[in-house]
Amino acid sequence: MADRPPRPERTGVLLALPTWLTLGVFFLLPLAILFVISFGQRATYGGLKPIVDLGLYLRSGKFLANYARSLHPIYLQIFWRSIWMAVVTTLVCLVVSFPVAYYIAVAAPARRRNLLLGLVVVPFWTSFLIRTYAWMFILRTEGLVNRFLVGSGLTHGPLELLYNNFAVLIGLIYGELPFMILPLYASLEKLDLSLLEASADLGAARSSTFWRITVPMTMPGIVAGVILVFVPSLGQFIVSDLLGGAKTILAGNLIQNQFAVARNKPFGAAVAFELTAAVLLLLFAYALYTKRKGQDVLL
Amino acid sequence: MASEYSVEIRGLTRRFGDVAAVDAVSLDIRRGEFFSLLGPSGCGKTTLLRMIGGFELPTEGSIRIDGADMTWVAPYRRPVNMVFQHYALFPHLTVAENVAFGMRYKSVPRADEGKRVADALSLVQLSGFEKRHPHQLSGGQRQRVALARALALEPEVLLLDEPLGALDQKLRKEVQVQLKHLQRSLGITFIFVTHDQEEALTMSDRVAVMNRGRVEQMDDAARVFERPATEFVANFMGASNFFAARVSGTDGGVVSLALKAGGEVRIASAEAGPHRTGEDVRFVVRPEKLDLRGRDLSPHGVPSLPVTIEDKVYQGVSTLWIVRDAADERFVVYEQNERPFEEGSRFAVGGRAFLCWNARHAVMLRQGGAAG
Repeated sequence: MADRPPRPERTGVLLALPTWLTLGVFFLLPLAILFVISFGQRATYGGLKPIVDLGLYLRSGKFLANYARSLHPIYLQIFWRSIWMAVVTTLVCLVVSFPVAYYIAVAAPARRRNLLLGLVVVPFWTSFLIRTYAWMFILRTEGLVNRFLVGSGLTHGPLELLYNNFAVLIGLIYGELPFMILPLYASLEKLDLSLLEASADLGAARSSTFWRITVPMTMPGIVAGVILVFVPSLGQFIVSDLLGGAKTILAGNLIQNQFAVARNKPFGAAVAFELTAAVLLLLFAYALYTKRKGQDVLL
Repeated sequence: MASEYSVEIRGLTRRFGDVAAVDAVSLDIRRGEFFSLLGPSGCGKTTLLRMIGGFELPTEGSIRIDGADMTWVAPYRRPVNMVFQHYALFPHLTVAENVAFGMRYKSVPRADEGKRVADALSLVQLSGFEKRHPHQLSGGQRQRVALARALALEPEVLLLDEPLGALDQKLRKEVQVQLKHLQRSLGITFIFVTHDQEEALTMSDRVAVMNRGRVEQMDDAARVFERPATEFVANFMGASNFFAARVSGTDGGVVSLALKAGGEVRIASAEAGPHRTGEDVRFVVRPEKLDLRGRDLSPHGVPSLPVTIEDKVYQGVSTLWIVRDAADERFVVYEQNERPFEEGSRFAVGGRAFLCWNARHAVMLRQGGAAG
């Protein structure tokens, strides 16, 4: 009997298997554990307090205590700060990246394209931690910027550039920029330039062409970039830890503190789960929206 | 001041590095005519068209459209519209949105947009396709949407960059006739770029044949075909029967030529200008105007050249005879298959015959490349 060709649907399952395994082991399973822990209570020396009577525990409503606590204004303030900072970071990255990506993909001579893309990626060769430390040296009171400002007489004394929201934003934007440039580049590189010419031919000035053709045609890249920047910004804790000082706590710091410092795993798990759920909901809403518009779902 | 010409081009040059893609071209395109830029790929015809559209800026020279200087004007301010080679339809917009795209810039009242779109679509027989997206259309339908989109803005001049290149042969022939008909009924000036000489002849009032950035010949379509000015044009028009000769005498508009391969012919030389006795010249006779005979007709005053039959290509409607003369020059004779089939072929491959033609069909060629 001759070998039968593999059925296409089975090939598809096999190809997707590594992805599902990785996702399952490193994402879904931890998420499930996190979810369970988030309903528990902290033991005196960290760890989990054993539940003696599960029925009583559920009826008393104590299992929701961590979620209730996370709605306290002091934490809501942290969430709010995380969200607006992530939004600002995403918007600034988008505005800064678009011309850069456009230049690399369209305007720059083709032979220089790889070099420019390389330059975008080069920072990844250095640890993100070290690069964030470098920003401290640039922004601190005796740092590069202040030395220039004072030395050139532009300001009388050094400015407070470090340990505030501004410094955190700078750090976030700096760190996330490549994740916006690369997907935008991928989209712009595929842009059919004759569409821009056709638009101009039909009477649209450059700005009209940009909004009516370039932006819609590169929407996949814009969305990918926004997701790639917004989601990590929301969970950042290194940047806010180093550049933000004690005043600028983000949701990421809150979670990290609960696990590492306060040793309150259940509360940390509840906050982490809330954050993850919020992001997943956003992505889900987006997927629904694109499906309704009859476009390809990009996720 | 309205001019007789839609487009006036003077000394237009576009250099890319050291190469002149368009080299000192001057053209006048009449109002309401179907004008074709014809030439092989890389001859500069598309660059020239793109300069008229404003997508490419000239290195030198000037372009006037409808009497106004447009050399440096941005594309969106020119009274021309273009049908792009691959149509460049906006994939994220419907057919109706594509056609309506430019109307807001031409101060078309919003209320009239719908009607204008419907009119343009019915012009290209695509009524009912308003809600479709370009990817739901066939190649021919896309081409018509592109045409409707450009015509909907009622341009002074319509530029077409090989718009039929992506269509299959049968559809192409249909669209050629439709396009010509459309152009006549609208009265808009069409400037059409193509590398297909038959396409240019089918549709154009006048044709400019381009080679290496220069215009080799600009004439009525039939004249370019019948009276090619240069060897390049003759070749491009499918006539490669070149005869080398020396001027042995001139008499008014008629020159006597001594063929290099032997024999004497007299031909009219009005197009090629005056000739001096002793000058080397070349002339061409189209393949369908050559005839093969079994005997020498020169005693009857008909130019006859003894040749050897090298090959025969049967093409159904016609037969191509490939022959060689004593000087080893190669000629192609195109014969209509009008003789009864039973009579068989008049000549056999390897046999001898005489190549004859009417002296009036010989066209003197201009020496060298393009004229100024």
